[in-house]
Amino acid sequence: MSFKENQEYQTVGNAFSDDPMITCRNVDVFYADKQAIFDVSLDIAKNEVLAMIGPSGCGKSTFLRCLNRMNDTIDICRVSGEITLHNENIHSRETDVVYLRARVGMVFQKPNPFPKSVYENVAYGPRLHGLAETKSDLNEIVESSLRRAGLWKEVKDRLEQAGTGLSGGQQQRLCIARAIAIQPEVILMDEPCSALDPIATSVIEELIDELKQQYSICIVTHSMQQAARVSQRTAYFHLGKLIEIGLTDDIFTHPVHELTEGYITGRFG
Amino acid sequence: MNVESTIKRTIAGRYRKERRFQQMGMISMVIGMMFLLWLLVTIVQDATSALRQTLVAVDISLDEDNFDQPINKASIKSASFGKMIKKSLRKDFPDVKKRKDKKQLYKIVSNGAEYAIRDSIIESPELIGTTHRFWVFADDEIDMLMKGLIDRNIEEGNRRVSDKTISWVDELVAEGRVETRFNWTFFTSGDSRDPELSGIWGAMKGSIFTILITMLLALPIGVAAAVYLQEFAPKNRFTDLIEVNINNLAAVPSIIFGLLGLAILINYFGLPRSVPMVGGMVLALMTLPTVIISSRTALAAVPPSIREAALGVGASRVQMILHHVLPLAAPGILTGSIISLARALGETAPLLVIGMVAFIVDIPTGPDSPSTVLPVQIYLWADSPERAFVERTSAAILVLLIVLVSINGLTAMLRNKVERRW
Repeated sequence: MSFKENQEYQTVGNAFSDDPMITCRNVDVFYADKQAIFDVSLDIAKNEVLAMIGPSGCGKSTFLRCLNRMNDTIDICRVSGEITLHNENIHSRETDVVYLRARVGMVFQKPNPFPKSVYENVAYGPRLHGLAETKSDLNEIVESSLRRAGLWKEVKDRLEQAGTGLSGGQQQRLCIARAIAIQPEVILMDEPCSALDPIATSVIEELIDELKQQYSICIVTHSMQQAARVSQRTAYFHLGKLIEIGLTDDIFTHPVHELTEGYITGRFG
Repeated sequence: MNVESTIKRTIAGRYRKERRFQQMGMISMVIGMMFLLWLLVTIVQDATSALRQTLVAVDISLDEDNFDQPINKASIKSASFGKMIKKSLRKDFPDVKKRKDKKQLYKIVSNGAEYAIRDSIIESPELIGTTHRFWVFADDEIDMLMKGLIDRNIEEGNRRVSDKTISWVDELVAEGRVETRFNWTFFTSGDSRDPELSGIWGAMKGSIFTILITMLLALPIGVAAAVYLQEFAPKNRFTDLIEVNINNLAAVPSIIFGLLGLAILINYFGLPRSVPMVGGMVLALMTLPTVIISSRTALAAVPPSIREAALGVGASRVQMILHHVLPLAAPGILTGSIISLARALGETAPLLVIGMVAFIVDIPTGPDSPSTVLPVQIYLWADSPERAFVERTSAAILVLLIVLVSINGLTAMLRNKVERRW
């Protein structure tokens, strides 16, 4: 393999978009002294699903967590470079991290509903940000979020029961409902289906397809099939570097870089 | 073939080892249980007799010339009921002539009898001028005799009660003038030199005030410090040092905290001695490290996924902690705190140093009035020579144990309640 670590490199493919929601330029991430992300630049367009694939430990989750500054919670983590949301630098002093996270929602690898009722899980965000003036407004938000997450029919009779008592797939959809209840512009998904069975996975994938009408979605996945099914564009990461990015169809049919090809054809990963 | 037989051979040995291991555990448990049972049985045995108290009936002739004229509250208060009791006893036992014997005779009734009679006369002064039968406490040694705790059969010289006294008591018993009743005094009065007049209520109230102060100080400070250290404090050398020192403080012998309280709170700040306020502060200092450590453990046990979930929907750090982390950690914090408070409730050494070991008869009225606490009261009584204090010591231990067990039960209940509340 011709690829070496800590070496200047050039991302293959068009990383940029004419109408970007999020732009990332020259992003480096360090954990203490160890560099985890090397000079990554890419755009996430409006109403698209961008899939990030790559072998374990390639930094795709780390990169994803930069987009809503979730890495702030890790003391030793340092991010440099420029990330903008609507042309506003998310690291600038004017950008409030609470506001940023309201704009950029996140769904995690393991379903993590609050140990509260289904209703409270969804209502928490809107209540926090004052999105509902009255109780009926809040009920409406909860219902529409659960409907859009495809969970309403299953839980409408047990809104007061524990969110943690649902099945794994339902829990993950509850987390998605929780994320969309505050009407973000971007939803980040960190391997949302890795803890789910194939049926629950297909339900979530359909959901992603519908959600992209309204949101930009950035999804990290280990499953190439999933990336191929749900995304319009795919970014391939390798050891912290963005090796190749392009239309999903192109990446999976004619990968340009040999590493991408190697990964997609299953030679490593 | 070879492998198979080797494995088969070792299997039996493995099971044998397992059984032996289990048996060892079981034996240890049984030994522990036996000691506990033994302790409990002896304490309960000793304590039950303290629940009853012997009373003696004395017929007092309340002639008006025993009181200063005119008869009012003040003259009743100044009247000598002791003399009247002695007179009545002399009348009952006319054969007793020698001064020494008379002294023995008078000792059948408690020193507190005259005050008990005085109080009932103040309540109903119409009794004056009549002869009235009063039931008064017997002296603690008579009480012991009646309960069979003083053996009549041993030689007189080795016995706390003389043959003469025994014969007088037997006479009284024959006349139906001796009774045992439930010992309310034990639960309603403070300490006393006379066992029959002593009770735990003073120490109980002292304990309540002390632990209240401890709780009010240690809980908020401890939890707040734990939240800061666990959630906000930067990770650097300084906070490492603090952490190490908190762990060290938790291992410091409790008497050191008493000395600290003596040196700083009493000698430097001039706070009064023997008061629950100072005791509470000292115990708060003692429990703080444990509260902080257990609270931090509880906070650290809250899964990071919940924190991320809260932050992910745009909660601030403080909102994340107040809405999610603290409620989830609450059962653990509660358990740790109440267990350390229970330990503070049973603490003696630091309170001895700050003077809560003083002999205090009055029931404390607040955290600023001198008092003692239950474990110190137990210590004081255990140190007293009177036989009747033995049963009272056991009874006080039993009360302390019941209080501690109910606190622990309460914790468990509270924890279950908090855990289910979402």
